[in-house]
Amino acid sequence: MSREAHMLPVWFFIGALLTIYGAIILVVALVDFHHPSAVVLARFHPDLFAGVLLLAVGGFYTFWFWPGRRK
Amino acid sequence: MTLTSFAASAVFYGANRLISLSPADVLIIVIYFVTVLGIGVYLQRYAHTSKEFFLAGREMSAWVAGLSFLSANLGALELMGWAAATYQYGILAAHFYWIAAFPSMVFLGLVMMPFYYISKTHSVPGYLQLRYGEATRALSGISFAFMTILMSGINMYAMAIVMKVVLGWNIHFSIWVSSLTVAAYVTLGGLYSAIFNEVLQFFLIWVGVLTVPILGMIEAGGWSGLVAKIHQRVQNDEYVHLWSTLGTFSGNPMGVHWTGMLLGLGGVIAFGYWGTDFLVIQRAMSARDLRSAQLAPIIAAYFKMIVPLIVILPGLLALALLPYHLVPEGTPGEGVHTYNEVLPLMLARYCGPGLLGLGVTALIAGFMSGMAGNLSAFATVWTYDIYRPYLSKMKSDAQLVTVGRWCTILGVILSIGAAYFVTQFKSIMDYMQALVSFFIAPLCATVLIGMLWKRATPKGGFWGLLAGTVSSVAMFTLVKVNHRFLAIVALSPNAKDMAENLYRALWSWLICALVTVIVSLFTTPRPDRELRGLVWGCTELSLDKNLPLWKRPVFWAGGVAIFFAILQWTFW
Repeated sequence: MSREAHMLPVWFFIGALLTIYGAIILVVALVDFHHPSAVVLARFHPDLFAGVLLLAVGGFYTFWFWPGRRK
Repeated sequence: MTLTSFAASAVFYGANRLISLSPADVLIIVIYFVTVLGIGVYLQRYAHTSKEFFLAGREMSAWVAGLSFLSANLGALELMGWAAATYQYGILAAHFYWIAAFPSMVFLGLVMMPFYYISKTHSVPGYLQLRYGEATRALSGISFAFMTILMSGINMYAMAIVMKVVLGWNIHFSIWVSSLTVAAYVTLGGLYSAIFNEVLQFFLIWVGVLTVPILGMIEAGGWSGLVAKIHQRVQNDEYVHLWSTLGTFSGNPMGVHWTGMLLGLGGVIAFGYWGTDFLVIQRAMSARDLRSAQLAPIIAAYFKMIVPLIVILPGLLALALLPYHLVPEGTPGEGVHTYNEVLPLMLARYCGPGLLGLGVTALIAGFMSGMAGNLSAFATVWTYDIYRPYLSKMKSDAQLVTVGRWCTILGVILSIGAAYFVTQFKSIMDYMQALVSFFIAPLCATVLIGMLWKRATPKGGFWGLLAGTVSSVAMFTLVKVNHRFLAIVALSPNAKDMAENLYRALWSWLICALVTVIVSLFTTPRPDRELRGLVWGCTELSLDKNLPLWKRPVFWAGGVAIFFAILQWTFW
């Protein structure tokens, strides 16, 4: 069996990092929801959408490529 | 002065920064640094042999090799440089993603990659050694090492500029922190580490910058609104057409004729870069089998063609929406912003706390992937093509890995020196294209002729490469010394820097090809049996005849062609 088969897949690292980022951005978006920053188009709350999306994508990758889940 | 205030003054140079980071932004950036270093530490245990350290064990899947292939190219220059070039030249900059990607990346996958892979070489100079002999390998190895270090320096400089503009970080602090981080993870995990981090960085670049085109298009009122606003700003349509303005040199902002774009960029520069630059080819060579190695550049081509969404579109949006004009690098004036600051300015325009941290992380990730690509390629070429054959012939496998690790550190030190050297150039991208015309364009002719024409001889390869490189540097110098030569080199006195680079690349390719052919015809070729696995016509290529159609690289290459045609037609 190749060495790569024993390694944690790169997709797992990506999933974990995106999940953490999604959580941070979502928390910030919720805390600042009623006082959005002074950037252009802040009224659309892009941070809220981005946080949810990152959590979803990152969570999927983390779950799917969790160590030992796929043989 | 207290220790804290001293440290603060070392990092921040004043109140000139565009934005301030919130604690959430800082946390996101810190987590990124910890992750890339952690990946390096984790992968160190897998990088013991030279095959593992320099070629990632040749075990990567087509997807990992393909995304890494593209990410190594998606460095600071791509992100900041082309957003800046778009502000300056309009959508013409997208040619560098489309005509400069489709034919050449597909050609690499279908035609060139089998020879790189079958020959089991470690590098492009290594292939030249097998095909032409030691002299050509030495020449290309040394010129590649030189070019790679300069490219790496440009990456560092670009990153330091972003940190200065966006965060107010001291330029020296940025250069040293980023370079030491990359040095740490590449030294530990070799190509494994570089590739893993490049794939990770590819995702981060997309999620970090994607906010800008999405919100920008909403603000501009869609594509038609964007075009109308650009028209208002520049009073003509030249900035939003790909080909229709290239009939004359003076009819477009880049000052280039369609022949230069098609033959210089789409032909020589693109084929040279994607087909012979070991920085990217090393990633494809790490694939687990020939089919994966062939698919890697084809997968990368699909993604390359959508990168303009996060690079070209932000440049156009800045042209349409920013309430002030950007200026060339070095223009004096209080509070003015330069072309190279386009992307950070657009991030600051749309991203609040959290998203801003992600955007800044995307830029840092871009810089690091480019730098890591340069360092790992430099370490491989230096170790295999310069150190082992010429400086110390008797080296065990373990010693080669040790040398590779030290070469990575040496590469970082040299790159830092190059970063300080680069600061005197007005446009980062023009400088990069000059380097490409010096080294990559003639190398392209040497490799292509070597792969496709068995009559090419070792002497022909060497003298052709030397003549192409020297003539390119000579043309560059002549125009710098006397600007009247521009009309000869670039075919028009109206040609701008970018056009000059394209034509210089074209001439140096032709000179290299001509000298290679003429010298070959007067010297003795190698027998066919010595060229097996190296040259078309002397090599049995069974490839993918037994695979179903949808699994064959040529099938997916056809998809790239269709995608390319649709894009050209849409933005003609």
